Amino acid sequence: MAEFALPANSKIGKGKTWPTKDGGKKVKRFNVYRWNPDSGETPTVDTYEIDLEACGPMVLDALIKIKNEVDQTLTFRRSCREGICGSCAMNIDGTNTLACTKFIDEVDGDVAIYPLPHMEVVKDLVPDLTRAYAQLSAIEPWLKTASPTPPDKERLQAPEDRKKLDGLYECILCFCCQTSCPSYWWNGERYLGPAILLQAYRWLADSRDEMTGERLDQLEDPFRLYRCHTIMNCSKTCPKGLNPAKAIAEIKKMMLARQA
Amino acid sequence: MSLKTPLGAARGLGSAKNGTHHWIMQRITAIALVPLTIWFVLSAIALAGGGYAEASAWLARPLNAVLMLLLVAATFHHLQLGLQVVIEDYVHGEGAKIAALLAVKLAAVALGVAAAFAVLKVAFTV
Repeated sequence: MAEFALPANSKIGKGKTWPTKDGGKKVKRFNVYRWNPDSGETPTVDTYEIDLEACGPMVLDALIKIKNEVDQTLTFRRSCREGICGSCAMNIDGTNTLACTKFIDEVDGDVAIYPLPHMEVVKDLVPDLTRAYAQLSAIEPWLKTASPTPPDKERLQAPEDRKKLDGLYECILCFCCQTSCPSYWWNGERYLGPAILLQAYRWLADSRDEMTGERLDQLEDPFRLYRCHTIMNCSKTCPKGLNPAKAIAEIKKMMLARQA
Repeated sequence: MSLKTPLGAARGLGSAKNGTHHWIMQRITAIALVPLTIWFVLSAIALAGGGYAEASAWLARPLNAVLMLLLVAATFHHLQLGLQVVIEDYVHGEGAKIAALLAVKLAAVALGVAAAFAVLKVAFTV
């Protein structure tokens, strides 16, 4: 049955407050989720006061400043700091997004920072994405053909067919959409989720791929595909401005097209 | 603790290779219910205040009886399709899920047949 009370390790206590060392002119408070699996304690929210005059403009800049200058134990993923690697996906001010492309100024009041929702937490802001990666592997996201590889040239694609991949190929697999979807929260072990279904459609829409029918066979399932109830959190939250809900609708249209 | 690989878990029991029929029927019944429900609400308003005799005479007219039967069929079919999704979403114990699905499906058939029987009884006795 659905559970209405949070499990013990999801109950959040009050944590430490880290004031700015020398006051500062433009102080912003960052309330950051902290949980250490080794401590045996329940999670807390620590408050870090940061002087924005001495900090970069993005939420990731503040996190890096905290880790460098205030509290080295704060754990988070980051790499490219320009919105192309997808590592620093987290829940900021109630919305899943990339810390590196989210301006601190966009947040009114204190900045609440939590890990991506409804995933197991490895530590602090680092979610365990093992299952989502396995689901990506399960849809076999690579070009699959029956005809042999041309020996002397690449597989050709008309410009208008290439255009059909726009809005799909840009996905960086940050899983902001995946973890914003209530249907994925409730049935994530069987529902593929918006990020994986967008990837699945990226190969269904590729004119060079010859396994469309087999791919649709693998997706046609009450849980894998049809758990999407067009809630649309995925499209609302995507930090790259993509539209996973539309990709899922296109898959459903393909299912319909081969029925009638 | 299971040592099953994440990919093995993700692949699970494989695709059920259905779900599309359910999805199509949910949309077809929804489309059918739009005019049927409007017709029913307008008729109920028109009949409000009239007595039992007036209502049963209205229902006995062939067009009204047929539309009412269609409304009953579409409503209960749509209802059990929708509740099935709700149960699959939220009930996670296998036993409880099967019991709930069975109860909803059987109740929908029973209530639908009872409603249809009531329409037919009025239609053929007035």
